[in-house]
Amino acid sequence: MSRFKRDNPELTIAGSPRAPGDARVDLVLVAEMVERGAKVLDVGCGDGELLRILSESRGVDGRGIELSREGVNECVAKGLAVIQGDADTDLGDYPDDAFDYVILSQTLQATRHPRVVLEHMLRIGRHAIVSFPNFGHWQVRLQLLFAGHMPQTDILPHSWYDTPNIHHCTIKDFRQLCTEIGVQMEKAVALNAWGKPLRLNAPWWFWNLFGEQAVFLLSRQG
Amino acid sequence: MAEANLTSEREAGDAPREADQPHDSLVAHFGTDKPLKLDAGVELSPFQIAYKTYGTPNAARSNAVLICHALTGDQHVASVHPITKKSGWWETMVGPGKPIDTERYFVICPNVVGACMGTTGPSSTDPKTGKPWGLDFPVITIRDMVRAQAMLLDHLGIDSLFAVAGGSMGGMQVLQWAASYPERVFSALPIACATRHSAQNIAFHEVGRQAIMADPEWRGGRYHLEGTNPRRGLAVARMGAHITYLSDAALHRKFGRKFQDRENPTFSFDADFEVESYLRHQGISFVERFDANSYLYLTRAMDYFDLAADHNGVLANAFKRTPTRFCLISFTSDWLFPTSESRAVVHALNAAGARVSFAEIVTDKGHDAFLLDEPELFAIVRGFLDGAGKARGLGPKAER
Repeated sequence: MSRFKRDNPELTIAGSPRAPGDARVDLVLVAEMVERGAKVLDVGCGDGELLRILSESRGVDGRGIELSREGVNECVAKGLAVIQGDADTDLGDYPDDAFDYVILSQTLQATRHPRVVLEHMLRIGRHAIVSFPNFGHWQVRLQLLFAGHMPQTDILPHSWYDTPNIHHCTIKDFRQLCTEIGVQMEKAVALNAWGKPLRLNAPWWFWNLFGEQAVFLLSRQG
Repeated sequence: MAEANLTSEREAGDAPREADQPHDSLVAHFGTDKPLKLDAGVELSPFQIAYKTYGTPNAARSNAVLICHALTGDQHVASVHPITKKSGWWETMVGPGKPIDTERYFVICPNVVGACMGTTGPSSTDPKTGKPWGLDFPVITIRDMVRAQAMLLDHLGIDSLFAVAGGSMGGMQVLQWAASYPERVFSALPIACATRHSAQNIAFHEVGRQAIMADPEWRGGRYHLEGTNPRRGLAVARMGAHITYLSDAALHRKFGRKFQDRENPTFSFDADFEVESYLRHQGISFVERFDANSYLYLTRAMDYFDLAADHNGVLANAFKRTPTRFCLISFTSDWLFPTSESRAVVHALNAAGARVSFAEIVTDKGHDAFLLDEPELFAIVRGFLDGAGKARGLGPKAER
């Protein structure tokens, strides 16, 4: 077990996948890991919802990268600083230490080289925040074990042949990768299928089985 | 006949003195005490800048938007052109309630140095000789144009611009503005442009210049003095350039292989095809409002533009610690200033830690898309300026 402090999100997170203000719970969780006024890069920022939350609730100086043209244009039209780009190819263009936080929200599993992306994130930013769907969740395991087909759940709705998610991992896998590349895990939160954070003192195997998604706050070793 | 089609109505002798006394424009005069220092190492003095303004400055004078025009544009951005009587070249973008809203912003659009619509250029009268400058006019650069614009802002008492916007050569000026005067540019909108002219673009420009110089009426650039006008050369230059502003798909959609007012080919070199007729029309109407020597000087200025070269070859150095907010826009079918050029600017701005947005718009209209009805372009410009306006503390309407 690594030694790190788990956040206590229960104080602020409502017991549903949507927090007050109708924001996605995982996004609110991510936002709460960010210090006020920080400089943030959101990789794969979609329609800019997280950047909006971050700027409204944390007063951050936020930038975004988004692959889809529609997403980018929607963000820019909202006044957000977002560029069209690809996490796999464009992070290399950013200088070291350009940001306080680099966030990858529900995108890690869709990158071609998750390890390289993660390394870039911690080169560009002092901290990285990564959220991803846990492929070790019991629903996923049961579908494969008993139904014998590729799992499809609420947060993994795609068929195997048209999914953008090419690098699924479990919470256990992700922790292993962090150890391998020498990343420090500062905080972690797992959410169950109803968007509720799991008990903080639960063992990792419990998180890996009952966490539908996880959010990690990482920083460079040392 | 082809020849007849390329000859315009107006005779050379009555060339408009728009260059000295522009219609429907404001003119700022800069005397010998305020010379324009040119990159060529000489001073231009005295000189004048013709410009238009729209809207009203607010009390803090914080709502000024500078519009930089493209190669063949001018100051008549949002009002009727005095020669062609056509509406302003960017009326889709600039005006009351438009994305660059003249009810909110104080819009200034100057004619660039070297042009022919009232700002000093090769067809203006050289005060030393009392005759048009012609090729004695010094070669100017994009940076010279921007330096002159900064002098105009000083003259107007505007310290800091809320935004600088422009496409193509206008976009080059926007980038130069951000590099030369970062503290005076709150936000920048360089559209369909690049930080340097590519070899292919220089090559196209050279074809245009050679077309002008090959016209016997050009007379070594002394046509104003000799009472001639290299209309055909300039028209051919325009025809060639116009193709680069469009795209294969747009030309095909618009004209295909359709014949012009006829069922069958005439087996001659008449303009059988609609696309030929269209290009000839573009050429002829262009020479009515543009000066051939200005075309030489302005294309040259674009060719010389290389922002990275001015900063030891590192583009990011041009924008070090810039406070400016940037929004770059490119178009998928623009092969004159392709998306890769805008992306290179974005990379440099990221490396410099700048606040930058970048969007590529899907269209088959080519480079000219920035001048056309592109709703996505309007939405992005409006959204970007709204966001910047909030950060600048601008109200929804200019406070009078």
